[in-house]
Amino acid sequence: MSERVDTSSREPVALAPAIGQTPNRARILARLRSRPTARGAAIMLAILVAAALFAPFLAPQDPYDLAALSIFDNRLAPGAQSMDGAVYWLGTDSQGRDMLSAILYGLRISLVVGLSATAAAATIGTLMGLLAAYVGGLVETAIMRVVDFILGFPTILVALILLSAIGRGVDKVILAIVIVQWAQYARIMRGSVLVETRKEYVEAARNFAIPGWRIMLVHLLPNALAPILVVATVQVASAIMLESTLSFLGVGVPITEPSLGLLIASGFEYLLSGEYWISFFPGLALVVLVFSINLVGDRLRESIDPRRR
Amino acid sequence: MTPILEARSLVKRFSRKPDIAMRLLALAGRPVDRRTVHAVEDVDLAVAPGEVVGLVGESGCGKSTLGRALAGLHPPTSGEVVYRGKPVRELTKAERLAYTLEVQLVFQDPYASLNPRRTVRQIVGEALGVHRLAPRGEIAERVEAALAEVGLDASYASRYPHEFSGGQRQRIGIARALAVDPRFLVCDEPVAALDVSVQAQVVNLFMDLRETRGLTYLFISHDLGLVRHICDRVAIMYLGRIVEEGPAQALFSDPQHPYTAALVAEIPDVRRRKRRFTPIAGEIPSPMAPPPGCAFHPRCPHAMPVCRETRPALAPVAAGRQAACHLHTAPGASPAAISTTVGVPAP
Repeated sequence: MSERVDTSSREPVALAPAIGQTPNRARILARLRSRPTARGAAIMLAILVAAALFAPFLAPQDPYDLAALSIFDNRLAPGAQSMDGAVYWLGTDSQGRDMLSAILYGLRISLVVGLSATAAAATIGTLMGLLAAYVGGLVETAIMRVVDFILGFPTILVALILLSAIGRGVDKVILAIVIVQWAQYARIMRGSVLVETRKEYVEAARNFAIPGWRIMLVHLLPNALAPILVVATVQVASAIMLESTLSFLGVGVPITEPSLGLLIASGFEYLLSGEYWISFFPGLALVVLVFSINLVGDRLRESIDPRRR
Repeated sequence: MTPILEARSLVKRFSRKPDIAMRLLALAGRPVDRRTVHAVEDVDLAVAPGEVVGLVGESGCGKSTLGRALAGLHPPTSGEVVYRGKPVRELTKAERLAYTLEVQLVFQDPYASLNPRRTVRQIVGEALGVHRLAPRGEIAERVEAALAEVGLDASYASRYPHEFSGGQRQRIGIARALAVDPRFLVCDEPVAALDVSVQAQVVNLFMDLRETRGLTYLFISHDLGLVRHICDRVAIMYLGRIVEEGPAQALFSDPQHPYTAALVAEIPDVRRRKRRFTPIAGEIPSPMAPPPGCAFHPRCPHAMPVCRETRPALAPVAAGRQAACHLHTAPGASPAAISTTVGVPAP
């Protein structure tokens, strides 16, 4: 029969002192700020996003308003003055459009495409990876073979073929980017969920007959999400690059809504005649944008991965 | 009295499912790697209401798998789990839910067994909300009652698991189980990960709950001293099979299987001063390729030719006691030799 082990512990046990636990999020942000490169990149990124957001107020000219353009101002060099006395700091293109205004508006489209494509791809990929890892069996095989298939081709090739089939348009570019990018998230998420599924709290949830969808969304999703967030940051840059490439190749956004890639393409034919600015400044904006997103993303990855702190 | 929970000829094997590539290679005539882990082999075990049954064995002997199978987490490969006289397979949906909730698990690792992103209130109250066991407004109250029952303050409910020590987390795990009003607790090495001083507190908590709630326990452990202390009955497992089973006191004072005898000889005891430390020779064999005959024969000092060929069945050897050893049945063998087993000098 059972005898009692001889200790007297009837009163509630005191709570151990919290061991310097600052909330995770605050710690990550603090670490992000502590690196000068990452800090510079974050500030640059903030400036670019703000510029895109407030383009209608910042731009000297509405580049979409053909009536505001003067064909006589075409291909002016940076710093040149227009007929009516305005200064074109970054020059004009072949239509007489102010490049600074065009870049500000182009930045908007590039960012909108990059962010919304990444958000959609990350959502779809995360759910697919979660489903594959938790359900397993035929569902997992089906999803992961599709993932392998998509990742087996060069991204740009798949997107190019897709867009030549469905035509150009901002929505269609987003769709194409989502189709080529969700697979990466699915693969990462599956691995991450497989690790979590083995932990006992998932077993405990199953032992309480918690329905599968709830285990997936309430228990596994929040615990397996960290790597997805890091990858998504870097993938925003990659989505912007992909959109620019597609637009440059002429299958991306329509001429009426020029993104940075399309601006580069429109100046391409004048490069050899010495009118570098039509391609150069949108290109510079693109490089700075992508570079600062990547730096912030890398730093984010470092601060989340404990081995690289 | 009908046992509350029973395993009947329970078998659980794990095998790797061949993936597409392996199936293609198999079609091409390549032999397939079909290794199977025999985790639980043909186990019969019945637990009566109110009993505390200990399940003892080395790591990898299948005791955790057996516990999880009894709790319904692993569907058995063959054989069945019987709950209150009814095979689990034949339960209706509502009965199945009742069985799942009434048989609860307490886990070994108090760190992995709590979701780090949920508060104690969410962890303990989840099942109540999901299965509508309590009206929305009463869940907080029920959670606090469960916390009080395990000796935790109600104010801890809004904290996260990382704010607690190992022993407190284990209490949270127990409160989570208690919240759904279980009848049976499968405790899978519930104190193995805790400090010795905290172990005693948690064990006392289990024993208190046994009295206040009339709980029945399957207590999985490799701590023989603890098992001897708290269990009514003990089953010794070796490589997926039960080799001896009987009342705790009798089993420990007079082992009827050489493996039990060797284990008992290893229990540290302050009264024995000059003692040789003689571990059981060899390693536990791989459960993927169990030896023929008696699984213990490669390590048994009394092994006879018959042990290598036929597996001894678990048979009654005394009142309420069962053992699976040829020494009890083979002609010319004497069961008295078993009690002299004190482990074997390593070769």
